[in-house]
Amino acid sequence: MRSLIDIKKADIQKVDIKKAEITKTANVTASSHTNENLEKGQVNIGLGGVGRSTKHDSSDKQVAGEALYVDDRPAVRGELHAAVGQSTHAHANILSMDLSAVKAAQGVIKVITVEDVPGHTDIGPVFPGDPVLAIGKVEFVGQPIFAVAATSFDLARKAVKLAKIEYQALEAVLTVKDALAKQNFVRPPFSMTRGDSVSAISAAQHQLSGEITVGGQEHMYLEGQISTAEPTEDGGMNIYTSSQHPSEVQKLVAEVLDIPLNKVLVDMRRMGGGFGGKETQAAPWACIAALLANETKRAVKFKLARMDDMIMTGKRHPFENNYTVGFDNDGQIKGINIEVNGNCGYSPDLSDAIVDRAMFHSDNAYFLDQATVTGNRCKLNTVSHTAYRGFGGPQGMMTIEVVMDEIARHLGKDPLEIRKINLYGGEGRDETHYHQKVEHNNLAEIIETLELSSDYQARRKAITEFNANSPILKKGIALTPVKFGISFTVQHLNQAGALVHVYTDGTIHLSHGGSEMGQGLNTKVAQIVAEEFQVDVNTVAISSARTDKVPNSSPTAASSGTDLNGKAAEAAAKTIKQRLIDFACEKYQVVAEQVSFENNNIVVGEQTFTFAEFSQIAYMGRVSLSSTGFYKTPKIHFDRATGKGRPFFYYATGAAVSEVLIDTLTGEYKTLRTDILQDVGHSINPAIDIGQIEGAFVQGMGWLTTEELMWNEQGRLLSNNPATYKIPAINDAPEDFRVALLPDAPNREHTIYNSKAVGEPPFMLGISVWSALKDAISSISDYQHSPALDTPATPERVLWAVESVKARKAANK
Amino acid sequence: MKQSIIINGKEHEIDVDGDMPLLWFLRDRLEFTGTKFGCGSGLCGACTVHVNGQAIRSCVTPVSSLVDQKITTIEGLSENGDHPLQQAWLNNNVPQCGYCQAGQIMNAASLLAVNAAPTDDEIDTAMQGNICRCGTYQRIKKAISEAADTLAKEA
Repeated sequence: MRSLIDIKKADIQKVDIKKAEITKTANVTASSHTNENLEKGQVNIGLGGVGRSTKHDSSDKQVAGEALYVDDRPAVRGELHAAVGQSTHAHANILSMDLSAVKAAQGVIKVITVEDVPGHTDIGPVFPGDPVLAIGKVEFVGQPIFAVAATSFDLARKAVKLAKIEYQALEAVLTVKDALAKQNFVRPPFSMTRGDSVSAISAAQHQLSGEITVGGQEHMYLEGQISTAEPTEDGGMNIYTSSQHPSEVQKLVAEVLDIPLNKVLVDMRRMGGGFGGKETQAAPWACIAALLANETKRAVKFKLARMDDMIMTGKRHPFENNYTVGFDNDGQIKGINIEVNGNCGYSPDLSDAIVDRAMFHSDNAYFLDQATVTGNRCKLNTVSHTAYRGFGGPQGMMTIEVVMDEIARHLGKDPLEIRKINLYGGEGRDETHYHQKVEHNNLAEIIETLELSSDYQARRKAITEFNANSPILKKGIALTPVKFGISFTVQHLNQAGALVHVYTDGTIHLSHGGSEMGQGLNTKVAQIVAEEFQVDVNTVAISSARTDKVPNSSPTAASSGTDLNGKAAEAAAKTIKQRLIDFACEKYQVVAEQVSFENNNIVVGEQTFTFAEFSQIAYMGRVSLSSTGFYKTPKIHFDRATGKGRPFFYYATGAAVSEVLIDTLTGEYKTLRTDILQDVGHSINPAIDIGQIEGAFVQGMGWLTTEELMWNEQGRLLSNNPATYKIPAINDAPEDFRVALLPDAPNREHTIYNSKAVGEPPFMLGISVWSALKDAISSISDYQHSPALDTPATPERVLWAVESVKARKAANK
Repeated sequence: MKQSIIINGKEHEIDVDGDMPLLWFLRDRLEFTGTKFGCGSGLCGACTVHVNGQAIRSCVTPVSSLVDQKITTIEGLSENGDHPLQQAWLNNNVPQCGYCQAGQIMNAASLLAVNAAPTDDEIDTAMQGNICRCGTYQRIKKAISEAADTLAKEA
């Protein structure tokens, strides 16, 4: 097994060689960060490596099979395994429960119901509504009713099947339309308004209205939900979990056990994928494991089998949106009414904020002028839907992207022309429907650059010619932009803490409030700390996110991991650095300007010490070499009562061009080529950022094409395993895939090293594939008709859309 | 009668129920945890190991069907994590969450064993049963081609 810090003392001393390498790379002026010139690095980089493609800190271990996930931890003595009995009804009262056979089953040590919970029985993360185990009734198929601890994973899962539960079925709400008709909401409706949209629409030269159904999405993190709870000698609980929100797990475990927070320690080393699915919905399993561990005084592991995970955990919210738009002869929007209806499932979970974000992003990149955006949070008897990369933003954007395509076909123009003419612009066209000013908007420039680099116009022409001569196979192309607001829209979450230690050998240990799920957060934050001290990045060790190191952390979500935790870690490092400078000034009688940190050294006047030497000297001089750091995002505010404010610190932007080929006889298709240009500001790590963009795009494309969630009429999930739910495989990714970062584009807001968030924004670039599919279908009627294409645009839906356009074309003749 | 199985060159007695899938024998009994549990039904590829050099899904293969067979797991693919595929994976910054990567690498190694210079289409065909939710496919493809080149030079 490799050591935590993969470095030998000798490596630290090899500064001259490193320095030479850095100087060499620093002199290369990279015009853009494409895959090809990644290795060239970036200008003005320091030894710490901010701006360089430092490899992911776990990658050595991951390719050797040595990286430990929760399930890989060695079992502790007497460890038990948990399973839960699940509801078989979508909505029912529980009349009686006979668990005698469960209790008598082989290997079963303990069976609990909600009656056995010593503390809180509701573990709703923001609003109440999520019972840890059912309380007298069930509200979705798969809802946990009772829990078992047994001596093995298999025995626990077998035992829960033996329960005899008598239900009294109640009427279940299983469609958004039914929920709207019954005004069945998990949270009250809410509107954002700018101007008088109704008058503006009717005064416009053209009006259109329509609707779109946007499917949800299963997270399908390859590592399913898992937590292990180990009772401590003090009546507390240590939790090892795969969670994006260790502090919330800590709080909820403490609450269900009725013990103070300081008795619960949560340790989160790494997740095998999160994507939002482990923001709130990792906690229930940790709570149940903790309840069973508390009862048995033994360690309990709760690992969800794949099908259980798919049935029992929430997904991306499906939405049903509609609009009425007024626009002029050029296709510019003058007024619009948009209604977004999120299927929230049975409880609030994070749905208030998720539907808010769908509303915030109903403009995507476009100035709506006079606009009314209304959001409904529909309550259905399905699992409670939750965070997923984009957090409602993608579902919100789909409406306006429908509108762009519809306007284009209505006016007989290229959809790209309509997208361009509607972009946010200068004075008078720079305020959103929630009254935030869109500053530093570079989308016109991004689109123009991408249009040229992807050869859009020539390809558009070639595609039109191809389609004219190809009766069965049709090609389509689309360029779509993304503007995504960065910050948690719940203000208090925009804070982070970090803890930095410098040891007497000059190595550094870093803890921060964020959690690593593959996005490279630990690597980036380590680069930031290394940069501050100008030391080699591999002298900075990061291990688990732990609630006893950094308390009260926010979830690692909203693309904010590096923005928040990077700044907090930088603050901690700066504090220690200042102490070192003050100490050097005092001890060597120099002024602060004579102390500098360079190449693993600290230069004090005429003397040069290695960082390790000076750490030892500072220790001997009784200097504290440990510090916390804290950060809160400035400038943000939002008043929900008026629907006005500045919820976002800044916007992340990007655009994609996708070209597809469809078979009009089968509806099957292929993505031939995708070009992406993404603004990540001053990239802290181009290799990681480009990896995020590639992955987010593929995931976004999957959401809109092959990934179809299906519930039957009883509310049972049918797409409950990887055979019935298709995520993109290697052959679904674009055949020709070109990703570039916008060069020389530091964030104009003072983010960490003027970088921009990258986790979520490129997810929505997948919209280009959906729009390209529509373009290909539209070619059947020589672009006279815009096909309705709900998502996911499975081959079946594409085929129906083809047939529908053919029918309209025939009717017109 | 005692039955055994050879894992990464070492003989191990099969001292569990014969129905137990190889994955659980590896992970829970022998603590070879590099091979991952993804779906439990042979649909995701995270549990891929080699039986006599050929990739199989260990989560659906009963250990009793593998008596005296030679199993290679990610831990046994190379001495020091330096198989050309592992190197290529690092050079191309492939892993994100990393959970599927052992399976990806084992499947790719099995491909290269029978096809030293796969085309992009052949890589697609061979690798389509190994899903990666982080969407690292672009880099997986590049890494496999790079490793094939390295192996060709070594040969």
